[in-house]
Amino acid sequence: MESLDLHKISVRELNQYLHKELPNKNGVKKLEILNPDGMHSIAAGMDAPVDIDIKGHGGYYVGGMNKHANITVHGNVGWGVAENMMSGTVRVKGFASSAAGATGRGGTLIIEGDTSLRCGISMKGIDIVVGGSIGNFSGFMAQAGRMVICGDAGDGLGDSMYEAVFYVRGKIKSLGADAQEEPMTDADYAAVKELLGRAGFKHDPKEFKRVAGAKKLYNWNADANQEY
Amino acid sequence: MCGIVGLLVKNQKMRADIGKLMLPMLIGMTERGPDSAGLAIFGAPVADDERKFCLYTPDVVFDWQKLERDFAAHFGTKDKVEQNANHVILKTTVASDSVKAWLKEAYPRLSLLCVGQLMDMYKDTGTPAQVAARYGFQNLSGSHLVGHTRMATESAVTPAHAHPFTAGEDWCLVHNGSLSNPNSIRRMLEHEGIGFETDNDTEAACRFLEWRMREGDDLKTALNKGFDELDGFFTLLMGTKDQLALVRDPFACKPAIVAEHDDYVAIASEYRSLAHLPDVKNANLYEPMPEELYIWKV
Repeated sequence: MESLDLHKISVRELNQYLHKELPNKNGVKKLEILNPDGMHSIAAGMDAPVDIDIKGHGGYYVGGMNKHANITVHGNVGWGVAENMMSGTVRVKGFASSAAGATGRGGTLIIEGDTSLRCGISMKGIDIVVGGSIGNFSGFMAQAGRMVICGDAGDGLGDSMYEAVFYVRGKIKSLGADAQEEPMTDADYAAVKELLGRAGFKHDPKEFKRVAGAKKLYNWNADANQEY
Repeated sequence: MCGIVGLLVKNQKMRADIGKLMLPMLIGMTERGPDSAGLAIFGAPVADDERKFCLYTPDVVFDWQKLERDFAAHFGTKDKVEQNANHVILKTTVASDSVKAWLKEAYPRLSLLCVGQLMDMYKDTGTPAQVAARYGFQNLSGSHLVGHTRMATESAVTPAHAHPFTAGEDWCLVHNGSLSNPNSIRRMLEHEGIGFETDNDTEAACRFLEWRMREGDDLKTALNKGFDELDGFFTLLMGTKDQLALVRDPFACKPAIVAEHDDYVAIASEYRSLAHLPDVKNANLYEPMPEELYIWKV
């Protein structure tokens, strides 16, 4: 397996290699990145089907804009992990800071620990599976995609959400404007089962509740008097 | 932006090297704050009746010996000054108010950075590496410290506008974020007879909290009042003679991460400032929750 050490090369050199040389190379299907030490933008902008193991803690925007790659972080990550991901998988073995999976369009983001605030903010099609709990204001303006939360959710979950759907196993501190709990259907149980399977988490889908947008914000309501 | 760092060394043997442990933390926050840097460090206390005065001169060449002679002549003492680049530490038993009044009169160009029994403060413009080299941060010893790297967004880049800020004795604060109502806080405090040295938003928060504690609030009560009064974004890290304290705004708009280890507690805006710490892989790493007060005792 190819090994790249961030004590020896810069993140820019690493990413240039991952973007330009790696896709044209034969044989390299798996590589590891050593000593990430909280540096930013590690393996951001990937556009090749390759398995990347990051051995340690990443900084901001790890795997941002990812397309096709399967990235595993053997540690924690800073803000904006897998932000605007298009496809592929990003797995974080530890915890993720704020804005995990922000604006993500596709692919799967798996966080085995907790995430901080604003997880899945403005998500647009990504699937997010969180093994632990998520912080306040998560799923704000979430437009499409699914989020499975095996722990608890903080304040204001799903505020102003559109067509995304969240499944929460634990307690919800509070729902945001227009977000509401809805009955689980057979399709929901199947979706939770499939997403938990993808993440490798063993929970009973029956333990989850569904949160989605009530769609009352879709049209301007002059009588609401700014109370939502 | 701005970066904050804090380090509390629990292992007595490592306290002589707190400067060396901290230096990569501060330099690690250069991208978050390249225009100024500062540090407040708590070391060995002076005698019970003594106070340390940390002073800053903007002048490249300054005759500190003259200051020492003038001070001795005026107060009839034999107090010495220790010079370190643009800083000097004056230790004296003369009452604080008398020293402050005399300095203002006789040396109006000098800034008084802090007064206390344990705390020394350094702050200046330049990259964190430049400021650290100028004042020899790597040689500092002590039990705990707070540091800051500044990217100015709301007031000028000068040594006085750099963090930490202090009010009272042996108390300081660094701030990552911005306040949107510093002027109304200032007006409120000015009615209480509290003066300001800069137009910096953090100074308003600093003087607000110090005022509340002087009025009898403990830190927790003062900070709870701060949540009501301070509008804006903040991760605040505070140092007192025997503790570090951290609090984040309700939206946790500014980052923070803590590493708790048997030998130390280290706090930084980002993990990249903690990565070099000895045995950090076995530390308990976590993100402080919004609106919760975290206190670590020496």
